[in-house]
Amino acid sequence: MIGIDWYLALSAILFTIGIVGVLIRRNAIVIFMCIEMMLNSVNLALVSFSAYHGDVTGQILVFFSLSVAAAEAVVGLAIIIAIFRNNLSVDITKVNLLRW
Amino acid sequence: METYIFVVLAVLAIGSALGMILVKDTISSALLLVINLVTLSGVYLLLQAQFLALIQILVYAGAIMVLFLFVIMLLNVDHEESLFEKFRIKYLAAFLLGSVVLAQILYSIGGVTDMLPEISPDMEQVGTVEALGDVLYTDYLFAFEMTAILLTAAVVGALLIAQFKVKKSGDVK
Repeated sequence: MIGIDWYLALSAILFTIGIVGVLIRRNAIVIFMCIEMMLNSVNLALVSFSAYHGDVTGQILVFFSLSVAAAEAVVGLAIIIAIFRNNLSVDITKVNLLRW
Repeated sequence: METYIFVVLAVLAIGSALGMILVKDTISSALLLVINLVTLSGVYLLLQAQFLALIQILVYAGAIMVLFLFVIMLLNVDHEESLFEKFRIKYLAAFLLGSVVLAQILYSIGGVTDMLPEISPDMEQVGTVEALGDVLYTDYLFAFEMTAILLTAAVVGALLIAQFKVKKSGDVK
């Protein structure tokens, strides 16, 4: 039986990889996938705490965060399509209208 | 036995996550993310959260990733130049920041590692569809209905944003 800290460490590592991916990539779709992965790693932390307490509330929270992630994916991809229509690119360095 | 399964799943998850942020091709990146999500569902099974493991595969690896692949193939853009073909100070800063964040989180986990509880023996009854549905449709009924409204609003909003006709700056009447 492995302890809860290994699951938390895996969750932290995945979250960090997501952060680095958001920082180094320029393709908006890949950045979006990195955000999904960060949401997933937080879900993993919630599920492991829920399992080790024997309490169902953490899993309910994961269920809601999953549906919010689905809604976020739909709206975000629609925004990416709209940006692509506007300037024919998903490169975020070319979306600089509001940049200082 | 459980430790070996966890190690295999964790190595697969971390490897596919690293591959996802480093690979050049967007479609390979999306498929590597699918591998990552499926291995996370295996980790959920190890934690005896059966319902969430199923939902993870159905919703994340199924529905959301199919949406991503549709958008990637619809836009058909793949001319981001390769990472690391020239050194940028930005990459170094990103990796430094990432390692600082990871060190902080791992340090805070390591500080409480002997206070954390053992896995609960009644977990086998907690992760099932019956147990989750029982709580979901009684205590969390209002939040559940709000989720339905949220999903409807997201679909309508996505249709509105994606169908919006963008006028060229020249032909404004």
